[in-house]
Amino acid sequence: MTGAVLRALLSHWWRNPLQLFTLLAGLALATALWSGVQAINSEARASYDAAAATLGEGQFDQIVASNGGPIRQETYVTLRRSGWLVSPVIEGRLNGQRIVGIDPLTAPGGLGPVQLEEGADLTGFVVGQGQLYAQAATFEALGPTDAAQIIAADAAPGTVLTDIGVAQRLLAKQGQIDRLIVAPSQPISQSALPPNLTVQAAQSGSDVGRLTDSFHLNLTAFGFLSFAVGIFIVNGAIGLAFEQRRSVVRTMRALGVPLTKLITLMCVELMAMALIAGTIGVALGYLIAATLLPDVAATLRGLYGADVAGTLQIRPAWWLSGLAIALGGTAIAATAALWKLARMPLLAAAQPRAWAMSRTGIWQAAAAIALLVTSLILGLTGTGIVAGFGLLATLLIGAALALPLILAAILSVGAKLAKGPLAQWFWADTRQQLPGLSLALMALLLAMSANVGVSTMVSSFRLTFVGFLDQVLNAELYVYTTDQAQTDTLLTIANRDAQAVLPLMSTDRTIADMPAELFSARDTQTYRDNWQFLQSVPDVWDVLAAREGVLINEQLFRRADLPLGSIITVADGVQLPVIGIYGDYGNPIGQAIITEDLFVDLYPEIQPSRFGLRLDPLGVPAMRDTLIAAGIPEANMINQAGIKAFSLDVFDRTFTVTTALNILTLAVAGFAILMSLLTLAALRVPQLAPVWALGLTRRQLGWLELTRAVLLAVLTAAVALPLGLVLAWALLAVVNVEAFGWKLPMYFFPMDYARLGLFALVAAAIAAAWPAWRLARTPPADLLKVFSNER
Amino acid sequence: MLLQAQNITKTYPGADGPVDVLRGVSFDLDAGETLALTGESGSGKSTLLHLVGGLDGVSGGAIILDGLDIGTLNDAGCARLRRDKVGVIFQQFNLIPSLRVVDNIAFQSRIAGREDAARSADLADRMGLTPHLTKYPEQLSGGQQQRVAIARTLAAQPRLVLADEPTGNLDEETADNVLDLMVDLTTGSGASLLMVTHSERLAARMSRRLHLRAGRVA
Repeated sequence: MTGAVLRALLSHWWRNPLQLFTLLAGLALATALWSGVQAINSEARASYDAAAATLGEGQFDQIVASNGGPIRQETYVTLRRSGWLVSPVIEGRLNGQRIVGIDPLTAPGGLGPVQLEEGADLTGFVVGQGQLYAQAATFEALGPTDAAQIIAADAAPGTVLTDIGVAQRLLAKQGQIDRLIVAPSQPISQSALPPNLTVQAAQSGSDVGRLTDSFHLNLTAFGFLSFAVGIFIVNGAIGLAFEQRRSVVRTMRALGVPLTKLITLMCVELMAMALIAGTIGVALGYLIAATLLPDVAATLRGLYGADVAGTLQIRPAWWLSGLAIALGGTAIAATAALWKLARMPLLAAAQPRAWAMSRTGIWQAAAAIALLVTSLILGLTGTGIVAGFGLLATLLIGAALALPLILAAILSVGAKLAKGPLAQWFWADTRQQLPGLSLALMALLLAMSANVGVSTMVSSFRLTFVGFLDQVLNAELYVYTTDQAQTDTLLTIANRDAQAVLPLMSTDRTIADMPAELFSARDTQTYRDNWQFLQSVPDVWDVLAAREGVLINEQLFRRADLPLGSIITVADGVQLPVIGIYGDYGNPIGQAIITEDLFVDLYPEIQPSRFGLRLDPLGVPAMRDTLIAAGIPEANMINQAGIKAFSLDVFDRTFTVTTALNILTLAVAGFAILMSLLTLAALRVPQLAPVWALGLTRRQLGWLELTRAVLLAVLTAAVALPLGLVLAWALLAVVNVEAFGWKLPMYFFPMDYARLGLFALVAAAIAAAWPAWRLARTPPADLLKVFSNER
Repeated sequence: MLLQAQNITKTYPGADGPVDVLRGVSFDLDAGETLALTGESGSGKSTLLHLVGGLDGVSGGAIILDGLDIGTLNDAGCARLRRDKVGVIFQQFNLIPSLRVVDNIAFQSRIAGREDAARSADLADRMGLTPHLTKYPEQLSGGQQQRVAIARTLAAQPRLVLADEPTGNLDEETADNVLDLMVDLTTGSGASLLMVTHSERLAARMSRRLHLRAGRVA
């Protein structure tokens, strides 16, 4: 019996290949977008873990220079002699690859290449030209070196590990150290650290992993949205297929096939398809991820300093999760259809497309209202990133469920206002098609609103970010010095040739129980002219200069709840009120600023070693030349234009992936419309044949079908625009605040929305063109069959 | 006795309250016997046929088929009954549109585990379906589809054939031939035939007749 029933079930797909294609393609696309994102995340996390495992990042306390510059080798020797068990590390880039030099003799256990841990050739690592450990791809990019290149598959991607002496030679940083790793167990007595050094505490887990969590969360959320759009297609295909098979199921049950067997076999059939489509989807996801990964890797390197392999490995975690989500998505999409089949009375009369047209409208309206009310409550009262994403999810799903009801109401009004029989039929017939097209239109709504929302967020972010760069990068040239002699030289030249000198001093300290940086600010016109505050007291710069207040960044304001007037401790026993709050986009931690005079009094041991120089922009090259001639290395100078260009490049790359996923999601929605129209086309013949018989040509009918699809897309776009703007607000004012600690102003981009609307119309028209063309060429014999009384 | 229907009642909920479709119908049917079920539209003929086939449950009374009280069977038991003992020929054919004619004819015998390719081929031949074996149902006329439905039921060799207007879509001559075939094949193998029909001419060819009027045996 099983074979006969399975064969009968499968024969449906054989006879309806388009439906089968829709189901498989929808599921494959959904899985592809999801697993593509998962592949990227998986690759990035593996890279972070490899870096943490081989380089000890985040595992140990570290000593670094307070000014962020290098540490002299003599300082290291002095520290060792005074009892500090520290191990030197130097880092730099050569041919785009990260060179990390360590001292294997002093490095804490578990740090370094695996081969050394196992007691392999330590001599070769440190003696002679030395050895380099890295992945093969890294060596390929690095090119030939005089040191031996040893392939280590478990090395962090893009990273070369070697002895510190070899690294100093390769990087031309003789005698320099970037940081000192502090061994976990130290002697009881040690000398105090010199004032120009500071200890950075170890963090649980990979620091870079935590920093990038929000980025990956955003990617995952977008991947899930794309998956949801794909599942709408699957749901539509399964719903239609099951509807068409209702009579077959009834027949088979009447002939003696038990219901449980039928349901079981249908589940097996669907799961088999899910596995096939899932496998195709995972393969497509691999291609998507492989295409996007270089941009993601560049973003993560530029934004967070995280090295991620630019090539993709096939990892069981993501392809298994891809298959699992294909199975899960199919199960979700099929549950309602299977439930209805299981509850279907054996002798019920056939009710074509009752699945989409019946009383479910009432339940759908109730669910839509409940979800939208929930999103409103979450928007007003929710806190935390989960509540933020809960708001997005309930808003999008609620709106999607409400769409068919909104469209039905609009079409009813259209029908009432229509004049003439053809117009009346057109509006009424369009309303009748709504149930069959509603899933595809919901997918279009989600894709369009996501597009409006995300593009509004990104463009608003960009405008704000550009303004922010102008605010913080107000000096034309930035220079750091490595010793007092260089500082003196710089100040002599700068005080003579520059319009203003802005020394940058900072220290790490805990403010309101949160790790933060305390900065100094010189009282100059530059700051007064350029800084924009989110909130401030009147004459804020005068109050600051009078040592009567402190400025804090938005992150500190939000996370520690420090409104204007709050009192914070800026040094032991020194408390000041908050007098201004400024935007500080991109900074993960809190920041506070006091006036330079006060800073110098409170922290006399900190000497400035970073300076911003205000210059005529045209005078920047001359100043660079002068400083180089005076012995300050060119590597110690960064010009404003370079930083801005780099920052904007990083910013744009950050959203390359989002933009790509956006376009893919829209394409999937267009595909959903095409497939819905094609599958509905067969069902349309009995509805259109009478109109044809009454005098409309097939060509006219084709045009009307095309018009109908465009009309529905226009109406959907009209709903998608306000929804997208609400989505943008939620992203800017809720999710960003929770994920990053800053709130962004929202700007509107009408031309972008108009372009998107036009794109949606063109997509709908293209999707409808083929079914309309097929209808226009339907043989009269097929239309006449409708009137045959033989059935 | 193959079939015993004892004081059958069937009530459906209606917009204006419960509707009594059958009001105490009793009859029996021996093995090898043919029975015509006649009556006006709405008299309860098709309902009675469905109850006997285990497609629906009685509201009162009992139906004993081959010693088995259908009312005591659950869904799986009713499915087994239809698979093993009963064959139903529906008014609307109820063919499986995605299967070819040859597979439609063999379908019920396959799920019953009694597939006999030679018998199916013979039936197709005697029904005039041999040229159409590789076609799909939608490619056949209504009369041809009805013959496929009849062949499907007879190929499974049920103990009781239930037929709801089985020749309604056939011309008079073809209807007579098909009915002859049905009667031959059922009674010849010791099975019974219970047929709903509006045709006095066809009813007259059954060994007995049961006339329903307003849910009662007239």
